[in-house]
Amino acid sequence: MTARHAKIVSSLAAVALTTACGGYSEISIETPIRATMDVSAFQRVFVAGFISGGSEDVDGNLETTRLLRSQLRTKSSLRVIDADSLPLQDVATEGRPAEQTPPAQVKDEKDLDAYSNLFANVEYWKRIGEEYQQPLIVTGTVLFTPHQRNSIVQREEEVYDSFGRRRVIPVRTYQERKGFVLSPKFIFIDGRTGTVMHSTTAREEILYNANQATPALSSYFELMDRVIPSFLSTLSSQKIKGTRVLLQ
Amino acid sequence: MRTATLVLAGLLALTSTPAWADNRGDAKKQVEFGIAVAQKGLWREAIYRWERATQIDPSYAAALNNLAIAYEHEGELAKARGAYEKALELEPGNALIKQNYELFREINDRATRKDSQ
Repeated sequence: MTARHAKIVSSLAAVALTTACGGYSEISIETPIRATMDVSAFQRVFVAGFISGGSEDVDGNLETTRLLRSQLRTKSSLRVIDADSLPLQDVATEGRPAEQTPPAQVKDEKDLDAYSNLFANVEYWKRIGEEYQQPLIVTGTVLFTPHQRNSIVQREEEVYDSFGRRRVIPVRTYQERKGFVLSPKFIFIDGRTGTVMHSTTAREEILYNANQATPALSSYFELMDRVIPSFLSTLSSQKIKGTRVLLQ
Repeated sequence: MRTATLVLAGLLALTSTPAWADNRGDAKKQVEFGIAVAQKGLWREAIYRWERATQIDPSYAAALNNLAIAYEHEGELAKARGAYEKALELEPGNALIKQNYELFREINDRATRKDSQ
């Protein structure tokens, strides 16, 4: 056995001995997740904008377009096209009779359904594709609505017994809670053909105590933070870092 | 003479290690070596060791837990799920395996979420 081998064996033995004493040890892992879509045919991506609605405090179209572009710039190999987002609501109403015009003010899912024809308009998306050199087009809908629910909440309460000893006990109370629901639908369109390649939906909600005043915009970003990883994993392979416990 | 033979046989029975204990001992060596190499980033070797451990002793929940972690790291999510579930079947009350499995499920759900195409 060479000195190098002896060193490796002794260090392995030391690690094994250490873990044997503890019975378990933490280890960092990186889980690779393959992209849902094959985007190898595209060099560029155009986040075209969204039909948005719900809360008036957040411009879902503007914020989502901005956020997705910045995420794609740093976490995807595609080149992000910097251009004004498309006036999708105008496009959806163009040339349609008044009774078939989708509502200008989107309040709920039903209002958004009226816009579904827009995303199936192959000619329109093909034209946009030609204009931007046939990129992958990202569009869809974003609904960000205020939400209220009464539910049982557990909190910790300090109590002192007759000897003055402090104890913390869980107390369950029925509380009114307010927050927001974010329901985005991301639609991926092939800029070469104008057809929908893939679509993905999500629903996230956040609730606060009714007396807590949280700005709508910060709730929007908190909820988008939860949605972004799955959006990115649609387009590019991701490695998710985490920690696990190895056992003996 | 007969008594002496009986005493000897009794002593042998008491001192000899049962077969399952032998298996666990051998499997434990594989698990320990697997941990040491995984900590050095040699995950394929770790998988080999922990697979050996589970072959030697199929009731060794810790080996299955470690194997699941290694599969996770290699992106073999279906195999990871299987190994975690077997480990939990063997030790349903083990909080550390449960915690690992919960963390795995979060990632797995994201990776296997049904989207429309």
